[in-house]
Amino acid sequence: MDCREVVKIENLNFSWDNNRLALENVSLGIHNCEVVCIVGPNGGGKTTLLNLMLGLIKPSSGSIKVFGETPEKSRYRIGYMPQYLKLDLQFPLNVMDVVLMGRLHCGFWGRYSRNDRKIAERVLDEMSVADLARRPFAELSGGQRQRVLIARALACEPELLLLDEPTANIDPGFQEHFYDKLRELHKRMSIVMVSHDVGFVSSEIDTIVCVNRQVVVHKSTEITADTISGIYGYNVKIIDHTQDLSAIHKNRHQQFHHHEGCSHD
Amino acid sequence: MIDFFTSLNSPALSFLKYAFLIGIFGSISFGIIGTYIVTRRIASIAGAVSHCILAGIGAAIFCRQQFNLTWLHPIYGSIAAALLSAIIIGLVSMYAKQREDTVIGAIWAIGMAVGLLFLAGTTGYVDVDAYLFGNILLVSKNDFMMTLVLDIIIVVPLLFFFNNFMAVCFDDQFAELRGIRTKLTYMILLCMVALTVVLMVSVIGIILVLALLTLPAAVAGHFTRRLWPMMLLSALLCAFFTTGGLALSYHVNLPSAPLITVLAGITYLSVLAIFNLSQIIKRKKRESGKK
Repeated sequence: MDCREVVKIENLNFSWDNNRLALENVSLGIHNCEVVCIVGPNGGGKTTLLNLMLGLIKPSSGSIKVFGETPEKSRYRIGYMPQYLKLDLQFPLNVMDVVLMGRLHCGFWGRYSRNDRKIAERVLDEMSVADLARRPFAELSGGQRQRVLIARALACEPELLLLDEPTANIDPGFQEHFYDKLRELHKRMSIVMVSHDVGFVSSEIDTIVCVNRQVVVHKSTEITADTISGIYGYNVKIIDHTQDLSAIHKNRHQQFHHHEGCSHD
Repeated sequence: MIDFFTSLNSPALSFLKYAFLIGIFGSISFGIIGTYIVTRRIASIAGAVSHCILAGIGAAIFCRQQFNLTWLHPIYGSIAAALLSAIIIGLVSMYAKQREDTVIGAIWAIGMAVGLLFLAGTTGYVDVDAYLFGNILLVSKNDFMMTLVLDIIIVVPLLFFFNNFMAVCFDDQFAELRGIRTKLTYMILLCMVALTVVLMVSVIGIILVLALLTLPAAVAGHFTRRLWPMMLLSALLCAFFTTGGLALSYHVNLPSAPLITVLAGITYLSVLAIFNLSQIIKRKKRESGKK
């Protein structure tokens, strides 16, 4: 994949109700060759930034372009996964009904075609939840819901995948699997995800966008504890992203043994 | 019960036949719209809209008398008032940053008050109770034809755009991103709610209509976890409640609207109790099994 700029934000300011600025003088370029993770404290403006990219809200000043166009025009090319806690979990529908919503724009009269169903089945399979297709959405576990919502975003056949807190509530077994999936999907589409938890930022992430009213962009290799605590305003624990997972595990074990005061040597 | 069904054919009791038919055909709209009201949690909006109908009825009767407009049937006033109040509530909830429930409460009360003022200004006797609680003695063939027309206006778009309505009710943000005009869709849904409320005013009245809108869907929600079976089941339940209420009222000689409401209410509460009890029993069994 050649490196193209997917999202371009220039001198953007945003405020709710003309009060305090939620985002201040943000300039940011997101390229399709990198997996981007937006991090920052709660209320720091992560979701606001996401909603701006989707065109659900408009900047107070400055500009934002997605695929070189306004976000409203480009939103059909975006697959969006919201946090499932925002949804009414008692709503009576099954997993297939949810995933088919990703095909909504295609059919006139709001009917789904056979092709739409085929795509829905494929993405369910891709997220390894094909066996849940007939299950009510309300009866799923948190992690299953998350996967169904990612499948729904994929059903849009997007060029840009926006994931809001994809690692929150995910089953522990699926987390590592999730990053494998992420790498696989990144061959086909650009990926931007939001996480409030820096600890979850894995080695699959190339670029980290720290948001707390202002925005600072880091290559994940450059991140240090100082940059993170600088943006959060207090000290936070950090996992070294330059090491791969197994090295981190080894480190943890060594530390653990060290604290216990015993060694295998 | 057999008496009731033979009486449906009696020419002297034609109002009974039309009330029965309105109940059956109205149930189609009530099942579909009631399901949306329950799942989208907008019962209070439906309540406000139904009470505002009194303003429309009052205005229509007042104007008919004052300006001698003989064609002005109260149902036209009902439709106008219901649509107007639904649109106001929709706009307020979308654009104004007010507490939505406060606005709904205000429109609810104002609608009733305006209606009562219009009726007080009308000379001669007006049977307010007939509108508040329904009166099947006044049901005519015209009412039935009106029900059919409203039924078609409500059901056809909802069936064609079923997926769009479902998406907007479940996750309007996502629907918006897929290019659906969610605000327009929601507004249309509220207008459909308004028309549905008008549909059975003659049988159930404007105060008790809320029970017939919400209770069948609430019962159906206990038996199915998908939208369209829930609509189907609540339409069937609604038809059963109206027919059952009418038959009871024929036999015990009591007003039909309260009987329909009580029938629906008892069914709902029983289902609720049975489901909760069975869950408690299941939990107890599981706990004792663990021990």
